[in-house]
Amino acid sequence: MTTLVDKIIQTKPISAIEYAPKDFKSPLEVRWCSGCGDYSILSQVQKVLAGLKIPREQFAFISGIGCSSRFPYYMQTYGIHGIHGRAVIIATGLKIARPDLSVWVVTGDGDCLSIGGNHFIHAARRNIGLKVLLFNNGIYSLTKGQVAPTTQFGSPTKSTPYGNIDYPFNPVALALGSGSSFVARTFDRDPKHMQYILERAGRHNGFAFVEIYSNCVIYNDGAYDLFTSAETRKEHSIMLEHGKPLIFGTNNDKGIRLDGFTPTVVSLADGKWSVNDLIVHNEQDSTLAFILANMTYNPELPRPFGIFQAIQKPTYEELIAKQIEEAKAKTPDTSIETLLKGDSYWEIK
Amino acid sequence: MERDVIYLEDVTIRFAGDSGDGMQLTGSKFSDTSAFIGADVSTFPDYPSEVRAPEGTLYGVSAYQIHFGSKGVYTPGDKIDVLVAMNPASLKVNLPFLREKGILIVNTANFTEKNLKLAKYETNPLEDGSLKNYQVFKINFNEIVKEILKDSGLSPKQIERTKNIFALGLTYWLFDLPLTETEHWIKKKFGKKPEIAEANLKVLRAGYEFGETNELFAIRYRISTKKLEPGVYRNITGNEAVALALVVAAKKANLPLFLGSYPITPASEILHYIASYKPYGVLHLQAEDEIGGVTSAIGAAYGGALAATSTSGPGLSLKVEGLGLAVILELPLIVVDVQRAGPSTGMPTKMEQSDLFISMFGRHGEAPLPVLAASTPTDCFDMTIEAARIAIKYMTPVILLTDGYLGQSSEEWKIPDLDSIPEIPVEFYTKPDYLPYKRDPITLARSWAIPGYPGLEHRIGGLEKEDVTGVISQDPLNHQRMVELRAEKINRIQQDIPDAELFGSEDADLLIIGWGSTYGSIKAAFDRLTEKGYKLAYVHLKYLNPFPKNLGSIIEKFDKILVPENNLGQLAFILQGKFLKPVISYHKIQGRIFLSSEIENKILEVLNQKGR
Repeated sequence: MTTLVDKIIQTKPISAIEYAPKDFKSPLEVRWCSGCGDYSILSQVQKVLAGLKIPREQFAFISGIGCSSRFPYYMQTYGIHGIHGRAVIIATGLKIARPDLSVWVVTGDGDCLSIGGNHFIHAARRNIGLKVLLFNNGIYSLTKGQVAPTTQFGSPTKSTPYGNIDYPFNPVALALGSGSSFVARTFDRDPKHMQYILERAGRHNGFAFVEIYSNCVIYNDGAYDLFTSAETRKEHSIMLEHGKPLIFGTNNDKGIRLDGFTPTVVSLADGKWSVNDLIVHNEQDSTLAFILANMTYNPELPRPFGIFQAIQKPTYEELIAKQIEEAKAKTPDTSIETLLKGDSYWEIK
Repeated sequence: MERDVIYLEDVTIRFAGDSGDGMQLTGSKFSDTSAFIGADVSTFPDYPSEVRAPEGTLYGVSAYQIHFGSKGVYTPGDKIDVLVAMNPASLKVNLPFLREKGILIVNTANFTEKNLKLAKYETNPLEDGSLKNYQVFKINFNEIVKEILKDSGLSPKQIERTKNIFALGLTYWLFDLPLTETEHWIKKKFGKKPEIAEANLKVLRAGYEFGETNELFAIRYRISTKKLEPGVYRNITGNEAVALALVVAAKKANLPLFLGSYPITPASEILHYIASYKPYGVLHLQAEDEIGGVTSAIGAAYGGALAATSTSGPGLSLKVEGLGLAVILELPLIVVDVQRAGPSTGMPTKMEQSDLFISMFGRHGEAPLPVLAASTPTDCFDMTIEAARIAIKYMTPVILLTDGYLGQSSEEWKIPDLDSIPEIPVEFYTKPDYLPYKRDPITLARSWAIPGYPGLEHRIGGLEKEDVTGVISQDPLNHQRMVELRAEKINRIQQDIPDAELFGSEDADLLIIGWGSTYGSIKAAFDRLTEKGYKLAYVHLKYLNPFPKNLGSIIEKFDKILVPENNLGQLAFILQGKFLKPVISYHKIQGRIFLSSEIENKILEVLNQKGR
């Protein structure tokens, strides 16, 4: 059966696949605070989309509520600015109905991990083909400064004037634990790294989760400075690269070695350990991904950025298509007339 | 042996037993057979909310009631004529519904001391004379099936399980019904287990022959059937009718169908049926929660699907925020609420009509949407298609109210000719001048453009948007205009729905207004009293928002208006607010539909009251 939707897909005019980033800019003026990390993300997303060789009309950006969730209005693509926490599940419905689309979700730490936590873990579990960009600023900003699920332990906020006593979520570990097939972390201050990660996410077949540290200049300024500023990041961050040993430090003189299952920092300068003793990153190794994710809040260890995991498994939309195809093949008569009759019917003449 | 045959116009039979005794199956098979012979059928499955309540307990009793015949079969029946009771607990729970001199068939096997105690019987009712007002037939089903199947090779447990089929065979004999329909079903159902099929066929026939050869029964009954118009018929529950109608509506609109849903009693069957329609290309998602059910449907609607979500009261509470979004996005969406007794978890397996207010008003902001209600199980089919038509034509979410009774009970249904169902026109916008909130001048519906078409990239959202362009706007005057436009769009649906039908005459002494599943009980009472010469008028509402355009002029003509509802008077409240005319509210909130006799008595009481 060819539906009207199929007809639209099959008969639409052929469109270009060569774009400049400006082709993805909507006429609407961007209204984030000056200095907000989200500007950088918007700009990198527009750059990456221009290079994916996908017709522009195939993109849909779905968001929830929060500063980051204004994102779809700034993109010259299809999109829905939804309701708080529901972006991932709205996008799920869209992707099931329209597996031909490239569906992106833009969400914040409150939107995705607090009110939308349930939708997030289940979408990851289903491996539905969505790209979920979590703009993590560690605070509720649009509502003016309340504690968020990723706010650092102990931090004072408007709603925790005596300090935050909730332990923060580790979004990367949560995504891995929920079965996300692609899990990565990047940050606002490194456009090249972000572009690489977004491009990989854009090309991933299945659920792709990208945590992006985004600085909120108003309510949580500098929360990620230690890991993202040029002065300190080499000492406090480590960039994961597939097939490469885990090396960091201002002079690339430190590495991460596994002591049993425990990652530990070793010096490459004192002659005791060499590069050969270090963990070699493997995006397809799920066990390693968990170990690396768990480095996140350990003050003894550098914070990892990059692709923690990129594995392939059948996606939800592929499995639906397969089930339908198989069920059709097994059913000799798929006419609606027969369906209406059910198991037991009789005729009155 | 020759027996007297008594001819009846209609009969009500109830099979009652433990949750694990297969009463729902027995009842539904009996109902299939009675519909098969051309009787009107109305059924009522009555089961506990526990999955398998402890054996023998009063709260574990499961029953299935069938009212069938040629006349007045609008409800599952007020009083039972025949009760089949498989254990003491089922006897205790159901005996109050059995009419005096009614037939009581009891499986004596389970009348053990333990079971009597569980049923809170101090003495055995089969022996203490307490059943003297009924025609009691004491039969040990378990012993009989054991004897019949002694060489079958089945385990004692498997043998015992066939006792309900024996009961079925016996009742077929009692009402002179054919075995063919059930035989056919057994062969199909147990096709892969021939020994089970054979055992069940044997027991079914044995039950029939037991009636024939045993001298216990001196009388048989024959139900007169009416001449149904030619066509293909089947039995159908309201929930299955909804599921089938969604498929048909999608076909008529030429759209893919998407159902986002979350399991909830008594609506889950809609999800089950839709999930089983994979060969027909139907899409569904069992979402992680009720909110996910509705919001995934909104996403699918944006993508161009005919999107629906099914639920019951507690789920509707959770879907409220999603509905607000659907209202402001102006996307088509069908919400089916199979109402149950609330508030909160309430009585999950019992019906109620108490979600009218939440459907009408249960959203923040000004968020009107169309509300429809089905009146019978088969009407669930028609009203689902109507919900789809309105949703698509007016680009709006629509709530269709059914209830646990409509959803679970069945009646015979003339399968419609697909060609007789009108197409639902859909045209996706493809011209480059797309303005998302530019409206059709007549319907005020915006046009629908779907992702994947070049040049029409647009964003919609929950923020207020500028008229015509859809660009976000906080302008005060624009907001008022948009609120008014969205409300006016819903009001205009009034021009596009049928007038309310008035049964009886305009100069009657009393107007009865019903909605939803009260139809059967009211119609039965109305018919009986009209036949006796009372001057009554009756309007049954299927459109609750907006109301049919002639409703006001009908109401104006009557001084006395009675509104029976399974809630505290929600429709009565709305009617009075809308038409400024006092009405008499009559309510029943017991998880059960009205008996037609209750309505009848209330009508007489109101007629006898002086003035208002």
